[in-house]
Amino acid sequence: MEIIQYLGGALLIMGSLSLLIASIGLIRMPDVYNRVQTGTKASTLGAILSFLGVGLLSIENWSETNWIGRVIILIIFIIITNPVSSHILMRAAYVMKIPFTIDTKVDKLKEDIENKVLEEPKDE
Amino acid sequence: MIKYLILIAVAIILMSLLGGLYRFFKGPSLVDKVVAFDSITVNSLVLIGVMALLTGRAIYFDVPIVYGLLSFLGVIVVARYIQGGL
Amino acid sequence: MKIKNLSVSFIIIMAAWLLLNWSFQVEIVLIGLILSLLLSLLFCSKCQLFSELKLTPKAFAYTLIYIFVFLIELVKANIDVTKRILSPNLPINPGVVKVETTLNSKMARLILANSITLTPGTFTIEIHDNALYIHWIDVKNSDVTEATEILARKFETYLKEIYD
Repeated sequence: MEIIQYLGGALLIMGSLSLLIASIGLIRMPDVYNRVQTGTKASTLGAILSFLGVGLLSIENWSETNWIGRVIILIIFIIITNPVSSHILMRAAYVMKIPFTIDTKVDKLKEDIENKVLEEPKDE
Repeated sequence: MIKYLILIAVAIILMSLLGGLYRFFKGPSLVDKVVAFDSITVNSLVLIGVMALLTGRAIYFDVPIVYGLLSFLGVIVVARYIQGGL
Repeated sequence: MKIKNLSVSFIIIMAAWLLLNWSFQVEIVLIGLILSLLLSLLFCSKCQLFSELKLTPKAFAYTLIYIFVFLIELVKANIDVTKRILSPNLPINPGVVKVETTLNSKMARLILANSITLTPGTFTIEIHDNALYIHWIDVKNSDVTEATEILARKFETYLKEIYD
């Protein structure tokens, strides 16, 4: 059972490093949209890996505790809810008309709004 | 040995919490602050999970599930409020 | 149609109950059966959420393949974004591109948009009929068909087999 313990520890370290990279991206990126990209998305993989590591490390006292099921539920829950909340945040930023960074190449959404293909996004 | 690995992971997660706090206080716009809040939430979820592991109590592991659900609702409510239609 | 919605929601609620309890004693399974039957009758007696889902063995196999492909894409995209964040001169090249899907069902579009959002580097801002507006951290090609080929094709081929 030693191997499972070390595997769990390695997964936990990898997940926390991924969380650290997400937070560095949150500090360094130039505008809101890129911050949402790096800040909330890299942390998804970090949380998944960390919880997997915690679940594997908890296997040692298997008989009393029932962690693996909760870890699976938590991971499925993070995978379902994270894109929804960050999508609605990004849309709120676009509705607020927060400007893009200067490096931005194209904005097809704005072009389509100007060409009257679709109307401007607002709350429904 | 395993215990040291867990402590190193806790130190790294605390460092990433600091990054989230920096963006939370600095952030030029409201959306920046909400993004930073989301990041802080995910970090503290993992921290609570590791705390449950260190103390060896399974009942602490129920906290991240409820906390994740509440923070998801909180982010959605704030985003709807920013958009103008609550 | 109604039976299919009910049974799929029943299976999902029952699986969540069993995973949360993680024990298979008789009382717990019985309470779970009663509760999930009641909940699925209460909340999903009129819903149309799963009526486009195909319940064949082929669709089930493609679901497993889809999860596998998605996890590989998640790890690949994470490594790519990590490189961008850690390199000193921050090589980003962002923009909003338009992607047109050929998927017809609403649920399949939802899963496609969520998969695109979950892989770092790409992000769905707006959905309008079959057009998805995606914020891309490194725009390789802003043309509609080319962007569709790069971003959506790898998920679309599998989703077409699961939903129709």
